[in-house]
Amino acid sequence: MSAPVAARGEATGVERVFREAYGQAVATLARIFGDITLAEDAVQEAFVVASDRWRSDGIPPNPAGWIVTTARNRAIDDLRRSARGRELHEQLGALATRSHRPDTEEWEEDGPVRDDQLRLIFTCCHPALRTEHRVALTLRLLGGLSVDEVARSFLVSESAMAKRLVRAKYKIKAAKIPFRVPEEADLPDRLRSVLSVLYLIYNTGLDAPERASLRSEAIRLARALVELMPDEPEAAGLLALMLLSESRVRARTADGAVVLLRDQDRTRWDRTMIEEGQAIVRACIRRGRPGPYQLQAAIQAVHCDADSFEATDWPQIVALYDHLFSVMPTPVVALNRAIAIAEIEGPGAALASLDSIAPDLDNYHLMHAARGTMLRRLGERDAAQAAFERAAHLAATGADRRFLAQQIKELAEDGALMQRPLGGSTGSTNETRTR
Amino acid sequence: MSQYLLSTYAVEGEVPGAPRTPEEMKAFMERVVALEDEMEASGTFVFGGALHGPDATTVVRESDGKLIMTDGPFVEAKEHIAGFYIINADDLDAALAWARKVVDAINHPIEVRPFRATGRVQA
Repeated sequence: MSAPVAARGEATGVERVFREAYGQAVATLARIFGDITLAEDAVQEAFVVASDRWRSDGIPPNPAGWIVTTARNRAIDDLRRSARGRELHEQLGALATRSHRPDTEEWEEDGPVRDDQLRLIFTCCHPALRTEHRVALTLRLLGGLSVDEVARSFLVSESAMAKRLVRAKYKIKAAKIPFRVPEEADLPDRLRSVLSVLYLIYNTGLDAPERASLRSEAIRLARALVELMPDEPEAAGLLALMLLSESRVRARTADGAVVLLRDQDRTRWDRTMIEEGQAIVRACIRRGRPGPYQLQAAIQAVHCDADSFEATDWPQIVALYDHLFSVMPTPVVALNRAIAIAEIEGPGAALASLDSIAPDLDNYHLMHAARGTMLRRLGERDAAQAAFERAAHLAATGADRRFLAQQIKELAEDGALMQRPLGGSTGSTNETRTR
Repeated sequence: MSQYLLSTYAVEGEVPGAPRTPEEMKAFMERVVALEDEMEASGTFVFGGALHGPDATTVVRESDGKLIMTDGPFVEAKEHIAGFYIINADDLDAALAWARKVVDAINHPIEVRPFRATGRVQA
């Protein structure tokens, strides 16, 4: 089943409204009927009705409300007709007698739509579901992407993705995963799962140009989450982190190869996104409840503040990495900290730090790329070449491989120009994504 | 109200983390009794307990109208169910909260599986 929504890029006003309204409508219908599949089918039918009506009559003032009411009336009609439905219909009792005209504002009795979306986010990102199912459900149900669009984003066939979604929805229903915002005690863990799903969607969008739409989807969902949970600084931190990363996207590749932060054309950075991201970071600092996403966003905010690579406030960056490592002691954080160390204490100190964490990240291409960069700056060309070759072997994306091939080529040129001073033009890989 | 099976598995007859000394056994039993009392008092407990091992198992099947028995478990595997609870819970979150209490009491992983139907409870 695919949404009657045109593919990205050719979205008209009506289609854009559909996409925006889809998550809200499915969320509310899922709460009313306690069944996601029924909710999706009903919303689908309502979209068909809407696409005729709205094109002739114009888009109503509250499109999501219109869809919810129409979908609910349709679902109730369908339930009345089916045997299984008659049972459910009796259970729903009073609700079914209140089918009203979609053009009135009465839909508001269905309760606040926004809370419904929040409930559905927590259901889709429930830790009892495997990660790829959380991601697929979130994009399909909340993002309003068609099954085919979700499938293409994760390089699987439409039928494989359809099966994945069916399995995930089966588990939600069979195991009775609730539509509920978790209780206070469970909230930190459950929110972490939601945030990591959104960040995974964003990062998947960074891996290949054809998946770029995932990034805007992730930002849109993060924005919605921040509106729904304004008191959760980590949600704001994730939004800021995405915005600050997104602000530099245009500058981070050239001719299909990664461009290091050091070499990026900073005039191509998106100032509007940077300003929004930095404002969120400042608000987070005022709240004084730092967490991993806020700290990663703060690091990006410092980078975005500098007019040039050299003008970067490196001591501040290292201090923030120290703080980040204290709350998220992962080898990848240690890697990024070591890379920043190079700009204060030099490549020798950075290499020592890298070597101490190397065993944990032996299969991570950015570890070897960073070692190669430091070794090159230290003039150890053979060791640098071995490191870059290992990185290229491990790199998953074409842009990374092309960048590493460039590094190896430049190393050979270093050899030809024996007079060239060491520590030349290559930079650190501060551009690494902290996962 | 839904029902869930909370089961725990032994690997090759061993339950890692199971009590070994009499003192550990005593503390273990106290935790289990307290847990079951809590389940009982909250209307959660349906049934449960620890099972004998696969060597004590018999499989019964019918073939051409005759009853056939085989010594041993249905599945030849390293892992076997070592014990279980059947509980009443409103939804998965409630069942998971109980599963966590069971994990704390017995110090071993718990599989949570929803019932689809029983003779009394139809899907």
